[in-house]
Amino acid sequence: MDYRISDQLPGTGMPGDRPGDRVPGPRSEDALPASTTSAVKVVIVGGFGVGKTTLVGSVSEIRPLTTEETMTQAGVGVDDIAGVERKTETTVAMDFGRISINEQLVLYLFGTPGQERFWFLWNGLFEGALGALVLIDTRRLEVSFDVVGRLEDRGVPFVVVVNAFPEAPVHPMEDLRTALDLPESVPMVDCDARDRGSCRDALLTLMRYLHTLTTAPANAIPEPQ
Amino acid sequence: MSGAEEEGWDEGAPERLYVVTGGRSRAGTESVRLDLVTLIVSRDVPQPGMPPEQTALLRMCHYPLSVAEISAYLVLPVSTVAVLLTDLLADGRMEARAPIPAAALPDAELLKAVMHGLQNL
Repeated sequence: MDYRISDQLPGTGMPGDRPGDRVPGPRSEDALPASTTSAVKVVIVGGFGVGKTTLVGSVSEIRPLTTEETMTQAGVGVDDIAGVERKTETTVAMDFGRISINEQLVLYLFGTPGQERFWFLWNGLFEGALGALVLIDTRRLEVSFDVVGRLEDRGVPFVVVVNAFPEAPVHPMEDLRTALDLPESVPMVDCDARDRGSCRDALLTLMRYLHTLTTAPANAIPEPQ
Repeated sequence: MSGAEEEGWDEGAPERLYVVTGGRSRAGTESVRLDLVTLIVSRDVPQPGMPPEQTALLRMCHYPLSVAEISAYLVLPVSTVAVLLTDLLADGRMEARAPIPAAALPDAELLKAVMHGLQNL
């Protein structure tokens, strides 16, 4: 198996991991064109080890990077590190990747855990995001219930992506939809997080869904299925 | 997640971040609001005597780079990077290119552009 599980590598991204002491920054081939004027983002939400980093790595044009934020172990006062006692701070990491859309526009993909307390760390993680992919593992469906509810509460449009782990039992999509209590309007799609084309198609499903939302009348009553 | 396994990595302790930012714990309220995907571009070259973090930022952002990428390459929390960028942005040494403004739903033309870009992957 070549699933990369960032969650299990607490050392990733720390200074000692970098070979040599070169000037920090992207490799020259990873630089964005100077003409890039704006960025958009999509958030990949999923539980521990569900394949977020694998998915990001499959479609990203750069090797996935890790951004970090500090949080207190109590999970409060995350903006204010002044006066906080030593050893009450924890570093929390989030992996992300990048896809250049055209000469002006770049898309960033952030993989975040499903727990809301992490979302607050990156101020505005979902603010301005085009939408989200909820990545699920059918072997551990229960961890996805809350994620779906939290995104609905926040009004973040999302599609559900079923990561096809080879050893996972295969369930009909409609059974999964019922189990997750998902409205008929929310698309569900199978995906192999290791496969670039498959991940691209999952992102395209999200974009098409968003497109139907933007073009649908604001007060449309969903068609009975 | 890299969780609470912080023992033995003192560089990440709050004291260091506090020193790097000159004692400030958050970016000033008058500053540009920086998103994870705000793109930062240098408008100047490093000057002798500049703090090493500012020098690194000016070098790194020769081409546009998101705040998230800067955080990753400098191995600093996003909130610390935001404080560092505030001064350079205020001095006009760097430029911030804001993300597409947040709206209830994204623009149909924007979505078409993204779809087109993805299809080229």
